[in-house]
Amino acid sequence: MEIFGIPLPAMLSQLLLGLVNGSFYAILSLGLAVIFGLLNVVNFSHGAMFMLGAMATWMGFAYFGIGYWPMLILSPFVVGVFGIVLERTLLRWIYKIDQLYGLLLTFGLTLVIEGVFRSIYGSSGQPYDVPELLAGATNLGFMYLPNYRAWVVLASLVVCFGTWYVIEKTKLGAYLRAGTENPRLVGAFGINVPLMVMLTYGFGVALAAFAGVLAAPVIQISPLMGQPMIITVFAVVVIGGMGSIMGSILTGLMLGVIEGLTRVFYPEASATVVFLIMVLVLLVRPAGLFGKER
Amino acid sequence: MRKKGLYGVLLLALLAAPWLGVYPLFMMKVLCYALFAAAFNLLIGYTGLLSFGHAAFLGMAGYTTGYVLQTVGLSPELGVAAGVLASLALGLVIGVLAIRRQGIYFAMITLALAQLLYFVFLQAPFTQGEDGLQGIPRGKLFGLLDLSHDLALYYVIVVVMVLAFLFIVRVVNSPFGQILVALKENEPRAISLGYNTDRFKLLVFVLSAGLAGLAGSLKALVLGFETLGDAYWTTSGLVILMTLVGGMGTLLGPLVGAILVITLEDRLGDIGQFLTSVTGIAWFSSLGESVTIVIGLIFILCVLAFRRGIVGEITARLKPARA
Repeated sequence: MEIFGIPLPAMLSQLLLGLVNGSFYAILSLGLAVIFGLLNVVNFSHGAMFMLGAMATWMGFAYFGIGYWPMLILSPFVVGVFGIVLERTLLRWIYKIDQLYGLLLTFGLTLVIEGVFRSIYGSSGQPYDVPELLAGATNLGFMYLPNYRAWVVLASLVVCFGTWYVIEKTKLGAYLRAGTENPRLVGAFGINVPLMVMLTYGFGVALAAFAGVLAAPVIQISPLMGQPMIITVFAVVVIGGMGSIMGSILTGLMLGVIEGLTRVFYPEASATVVFLIMVLVLLVRPAGLFGKER
Repeated sequence: MRKKGLYGVLLLALLAAPWLGVYPLFMMKVLCYALFAAAFNLLIGYTGLLSFGHAAFLGMAGYTTGYVLQTVGLSPELGVAAGVLASLALGLVIGVLAIRRQGIYFAMITLALAQLLYFVFLQAPFTQGEDGLQGIPRGKLFGLLDLSHDLALYYVIVVVMVLAFLFIVRVVNSPFGQILVALKENEPRAISLGYNTDRFKLLVFVLSAGLAGLAGSLKALVLGFETLGDAYWTTSGLVILMTLVGGMGTLLGPLVGAILVITLEDRLGDIGQFLTSVTGIAWFSSLGESVTIVIGLIFILCVLAFRRGIVGEITARLKPARA
């Protein structure tokens, strides 16, 4: 069976690949949105945190023999703690000044983190095997479904919607949302806002590291792997707007799929299609698809 | 009066630099980056717009000039003019899109659009991909003055730089420049006073793009090559750093920042060797390979403790003494 002259299995496999990338976009832009909401900082170092997650996974195995499954928890935890240290030592000094400085500070952080790893490991990629449990593929009749990719999409969806649920439907989430609207008033009600801010940053970068672990077996692990990612995610954020959690998730997934389809029909544009869509959105709906301009 | 004296001394220093043992080639590179940073400063320092995609204009102009000089074979002044025109046009396109959003989104949009252009340069045939344009001829200015001699080119560059600098001073001190400051300080107020702020933003963005393009064209002419690195986002980061270190919103800040950052990039290895010989710590000798780390650290330091930059800090210290 063919669609527009493309064999169906080839198309479906690219679609799945797009969905995998879209999962990463969704997790990363979600983290950016959560951090921006409470800290008013656009975290440029999100790509570096994604890289750290993948690097930590690889290092866990290479140096300590710790496998994929423990690292799936351990790696985001370590990176989250690292993020908390950064928030306490550096970020907290800039909340009261222009947002632009937050971007610049985290940009500097990115250069340092990536520079340190590059001076140790060079810029070539490290290999990482798919965990045994998820090796191979399942025959669905109309296509072979690589188990690991299916797992990435599933795990990402669970984490994304879990985050959405916590923020939109629980008491803790209500505090967070209130903190986004008016931190002083929330503090007056006896809630420890600085603690909340600190944990939010830790959680946000832990999300990025989680995406990094998921990505470790499917993309080259290298100190610079976060660079193209963060710029694409910025475009995703411009398209979706940072005001809505669900908006971030859906925009991320959607753009991943569009990118996958572009790779089938016009491979030359697959690296640029997200940016072109951003241009289109800016022309038609400047505030973004889910945007509430602040 | 004191200010005029300072500028006079600066001009003399520029004219005398090649005779005082500074390599003209190095000095020209510094001047090109100084103009690039001054163009960027027009946005961030005087209008409050953070462009994270200024590398696009440097690269666009550099490639255009390189292509025109090498393949079409026009004279250098036409090559530079073509480069400036190309980046003006690009500035118009990027500007129209980017000013549709405010603040932090503006930075992200310019970054993303510059990255889009980077991919175009990566794939387009005329940039020759990873190799870049090599051996761009300098030719003869107006068919008369042979620029292949470094000194001749140096003085041409100095003249162009002084003119560009005067142009920026004129823009900043004009009524137009005052409206830009009003935009930076309080945009809603400027709107309520009846100014069409989008039009002013677009105009200053295009101006800045054109000046950045002039820097890119001259740089391609001076160095004789143009590579993808110029259009990459790290270059956009570098120009932000130059302006931040030198002092945003000051006239001399970009120049000071460019001198410091370019010297640092060029000489970090030597500085490391020196530190090793003084302190005996072997790690310093590998400093030359860690330019990114050092640049990142300076970024962090500047944002946390030193937001006025060198020139801004000096002016702030001098002011109370005079009053």
